[in-house]
Amino acid sequence: MTITINHFLIVSFLLFSIGFFGVLVRRNFLTVLMSVELMLNAVNLNLVAFSKRLSSLTGQVFSVFVITIAAGEAAIGLALTISLFRQRKTLNVEEANTLQG
Amino acid sequence: MTEAAASGVLLTAGAGWAFVVFAVLALATAVAVVVAKNPVHSALYLLSSFLLVACLFILTQAEFVGAVQILVYAGGIMVLFLFVIMLVHQRMVTGTKAFQNQWDIVLLLLPVFLAPFLYVLGTEKFPDVPVNPDAFRVIDTRVVGNTQAVAWSLYRDYLLPFEIASIFLLVAMIGAVVLGKRSVEKVD
Repeated sequence: MTITINHFLIVSFLLFSIGFFGVLVRRNFLTVLMSVELMLNAVNLNLVAFSKRLSSLTGQVFSVFVITIAAGEAAIGLALTISLFRQRKTLNVEEANTLQG
Repeated sequence: MTEAAASGVLLTAGAGWAFVVFAVLALATAVAVVVAKNPVHSALYLLSSFLLVACLFILTQAEFVGAVQILVYAGGIMVLFLFVIMLVHQRMVTGTKAFQNQWDIVLLLLPVFLAPFLYVLGTEKFPDVPVNPDAFRVIDTRVVGNTQAVAWSLYRDYLLPFEIASIFLLVAMIGAVVLGKRSVEKVD
């Protein structure tokens, strides 16, 4: 089985789509955050695959940065989750609608 | 080996089949993350998905990124998630539907929205540069380890983004503390 960059791109595309679907449809705020992590992970896979394809380390360095951003995003998102849960006693994103016009 | 490298092939033979196995399992666990009703199950599926993607990184000889993936994602972020699930655990699992009401419309419209990506994937011809198998472990011309090569690139070429990332983490930490603590007026 020979694997080219296109196989990596297809896997990464499917992972991103699954995460995107999760962000759009899940009601639980925690699972929405997990889906965002899936999307960021798909981007990492893309960066590493192109890093291998182009024989350059830059993609790997950037995927380390993306992991950093993901860590910060998870921390802020989970703090928001706790704050939301304290105020509303729920994690349903449909009930967090104070800003709705 | 040489003609395979020249035509842009990333993995061959056994490593190729390992890629297929890991990729299929990673996609399956990713689907399970989105579908699972209980957030604890979602978190555990997410953990296995991260580990499988780390296996893909190690297959492509990006060992440092694979290790960071396991340490930061599987070690740090997943513990955070499970911790918060335990903190807010209260009836939120049962009795409610997992998906919002418009999930079927999303499922129909998602392919339309994502079709441009598939079009680019199907038509794009990437430049046919040869793949250098040692590129991940080379500083200038010396052959070292992948970790050393990434560190060299990180500290020499990307020092400013690295420092900005550290400031970003500080801001995120302060933000998490401010958002997470109870409101001040209750204390007074």
